[in-house]
Amino acid sequence: MTQEKETATHTVSYRANLFVWLALLILTAVTVMVAGIDLGRQGILVNLLIASVKAGLIVFIFMHMKYESPLLKLMLLMTLGTLTVIIMMTFLDTLYR
Amino acid sequence: MNTSGGEITVHDKHVDYSGAKMGMWLFLFTELIFFGGMFLLYAVYRSSFPEEFYSTSAELHRTIGAVNTVVLITSSLTMACSITAVKKGDTRLSALFQLLTILFALTFLVVKYFEWEAKIGHGIYPGSEALTAQGQGKIIFYSLYFVMTGIHGVHVLAGIAVISVTMAMTLKNRINKGDYIRLENTGLYWHFVDIIWVYLFPLLYLIG
Amino acid sequence: MNSGQPAEAPQSFYYNTGKYRGVLSWVLSTDHKRIGILYLLSVGAFFLTGVTLGLLMRLELIAPGKTVVNASTYDSLFTLHGIIMIFFFIIPGIPASLGNFFLPLMIGARDVAFPRLNLLSWWFYIVAGFLALATVVMPGGPPDVGWTFYPPYSIRTTTSVSLAAFAAFVVGFSSILTGLNFITTIHRLRAPGMGWLRMPLFPWALYATSWVQVLATPVLAITVLLLILERSFGVGFFDPVKGGDPLMFQHLFWIYSHPAVYIMILPAMGIISEVIPVFSRKAVFGYKAIVISTMAIGVVGYLVWGHHMFTTGMSEEAQLVFSLITFIVAVPSGIKVFNWVSTMYRGSIVMAPPMLFSLAFIFLFSIGGLTGLVNASVAANVHIHDTYFIVAHFHYVMFGGTGFAFFAGLHYWFPKMFGRIYNVRAALIACVVMFIGFNLLYFPLFILGWNGMPRRYYDYLPLYQPLNVLSTIGSWVLAAGILVVVINLVRGAFRGDPAGSNPWDGTTLEWQVPTPPPAENFDVIPEITHGPYHREGKAQ
Repeated sequence: MTQEKETATHTVSYRANLFVWLALLILTAVTVMVAGIDLGRQGILVNLLIASVKAGLIVFIFMHMKYESPLLKLMLLMTLGTLTVIIMMTFLDTLYR
Repeated sequence: MNTSGGEITVHDKHVDYSGAKMGMWLFLFTELIFFGGMFLLYAVYRSSFPEEFYSTSAELHRTIGAVNTVVLITSSLTMACSITAVKKGDTRLSALFQLLTILFALTFLVVKYFEWEAKIGHGIYPGSEALTAQGQGKIIFYSLYFVMTGIHGVHVLAGIAVISVTMAMTLKNRINKGDYIRLENTGLYWHFVDIIWVYLFPLLYLIG
Repeated sequence: MNSGQPAEAPQSFYYNTGKYRGVLSWVLSTDHKRIGILYLLSVGAFFLTGVTLGLLMRLELIAPGKTVVNASTYDSLFTLHGIIMIFFFIIPGIPASLGNFFLPLMIGARDVAFPRLNLLSWWFYIVAGFLALATVVMPGGPPDVGWTFYPPYSIRTTTSVSLAAFAAFVVGFSSILTGLNFITTIHRLRAPGMGWLRMPLFPWALYATSWVQVLATPVLAITVLLLILERSFGVGFFDPVKGGDPLMFQHLFWIYSHPAVYIMILPAMGIISEVIPVFSRKAVFGYKAIVISTMAIGVVGYLVWGHHMFTTGMSEEAQLVFSLITFIVAVPSGIKVFNWVSTMYRGSIVMAPPMLFSLAFIFLFSIGGLTGLVNASVAANVHIHDTYFIVAHFHYVMFGGTGFAFFAGLHYWFPKMFGRIYNVRAALIACVVMFIGFNLLYFPLFILGWNGMPRRYYDYLPLYQPLNVLSTIGSWVLAAGILVVVINLVRGAFRGDPAGSNPWDGTTLEWQVPTPPPAENFDVIPEITHGPYHREGKAQ
């Protein structure tokens, strides 16, 4: 335990919270608008990208990941990587069957 | 030797703040993989039935979905603010924010209830005759819709229960400026529930 | 042998009952050592249940046609045997019992990071166990779908599949809680000075196992939950009539259940890595190689699930990739075997029971592992898929591997857990009997499978009979060996000679505390200044 950094006790200000909230609202509006324009198959990709930006904001500010140790960030990355690989390898079957 | 934070005393009273948080994140990882299984099914079936997913998604009420998104995002804001408040030492304000979070969560569930009710009223639910008579892609889309929003709804319900407990603890000052890890972990859970919805909304409502 | 403390030193955790008295001081205890023993007793009970079911199956197969049970009873037998052995013995077997007891001791901690979650994990396990056993008396009868719950049959059958699936769901929670507890414990509670590369190999193995538990078990949870929803509401995800794909169930199921194989074998490898250096009186050979291969197995083992589906009509691209990765995962396992053998080379080998069980492990696991490569090759796999070759292969890995390692660990740490020692001679004899019985039971199955005898039938062609008789006789020999082990250990726990604090001359931390350990393990948390297998006066 000696070598691991302590978690930060950073306090996110009300202002920062409010700012993130506004950004999330705007992104929600954007994603609904994007869905209104017919982008065909690419529409879902744009929507997923916007969703990921929203999720990123929530994780980094609301969930304080920005202020956490590199270890915790690495663990999160590892989990996301695992999920991605599972999905990709399943598609290796279903897409070429 | 630096044992601050990692130390547990003989009577186990000293809370390992970092450890508790790590435990919570590990739990959220399991939740992420749990929902990941459903997202995997969604992805595979969408690639099998792109046209039917496209047309069936349009049958969902986009405005209602958007309203619920705003409600849940706002509940995340109040949750985050309740932690800011407790860190600043204002436990009463924190409890108020938690109450608001619960109210938003309840609003979300009520809206969801009416949305389900409308579909079920038209005879559309997993295993129903009206739905089984439809095309395969449509059956799968509606099943994904009900199962994913249903399991998400159960998580919202669990969130309401947990936040109710932390709110009571905050009011009794058992969660305070010096010891707020329970509230912080509850917040992590609640934001996670929000994130799931952030993905469910476009995948279910906006692909049409 | 040291003659340290008397068998029941007053400071031992057996005397520190905490808040409660009697049985409650056990089932409500948050002491990792008490929970470890609770787990040991419960997994032991499930193991013996599973063994009994297995014996019944072998008895049925002594002759073609109906012998003692009818076809549907036989289906239930192999289903329950699988569910009990996999979910209630092998997966929690080593981590939750021996791991719980020894992880904190070996890293110099007073307990795990979340003692109450630890207790909750045991309760989940017990509740799930009762649910699984309750399927026997439920209307509809015990499930008959195999432990893999494959649809579409598992959607249609009227047996109590949903309850069994729910039991798997609940026991999954137990597994997840153990996993996240151990990860946090290892990160947060190592003794000062114990850097990652000074950590013993059993905790390392548990660390890798715990990550697999955390990242794989949720997939099982969602899979069985969807199966239950499928059966209750007809959601159609796995039902071809409604556009679902039964193969998606197989994907999801094996995304968990193949990594689960590594949840089973990694802790076993950890035990062997502890036992061999102690009884060779040498530092382990290639400590870092073992650490790296442990983590590599955890990572690569996650990506091979598709080799369970080679004959289902999956894409050739997927077959190619899954086959390749399956071959690759054999490499780190091979590295470990070389490490163990090299550790023994020029060591002063002491043939105590834990060592003998470990040697049996290396032999049996090697056969299991190498036949795994036969299965990994797509062409051979098509030939032996769903035959007794597969049954033989995974029993060599799971029972010959994990099972024997479990017994090695149990005989190794038994004196520390109970403060007394079993009859060493009886233990050695039991090990030899088990080894002979094991090979008699399972080796003929390789030949039967290669010759085409399919698994999961209660009947077979007369030409397969001679080897089946041999196998059934082997099952009796093996059972006799297990019986001797159980009697010897139970007797040892109550009547054995006092063991002393370090009967095997072990170097890791758990041997430095009194026997049995006191309630909070260490009076003073030790400061670590050297690697785990350091022996005074010997080069590392």
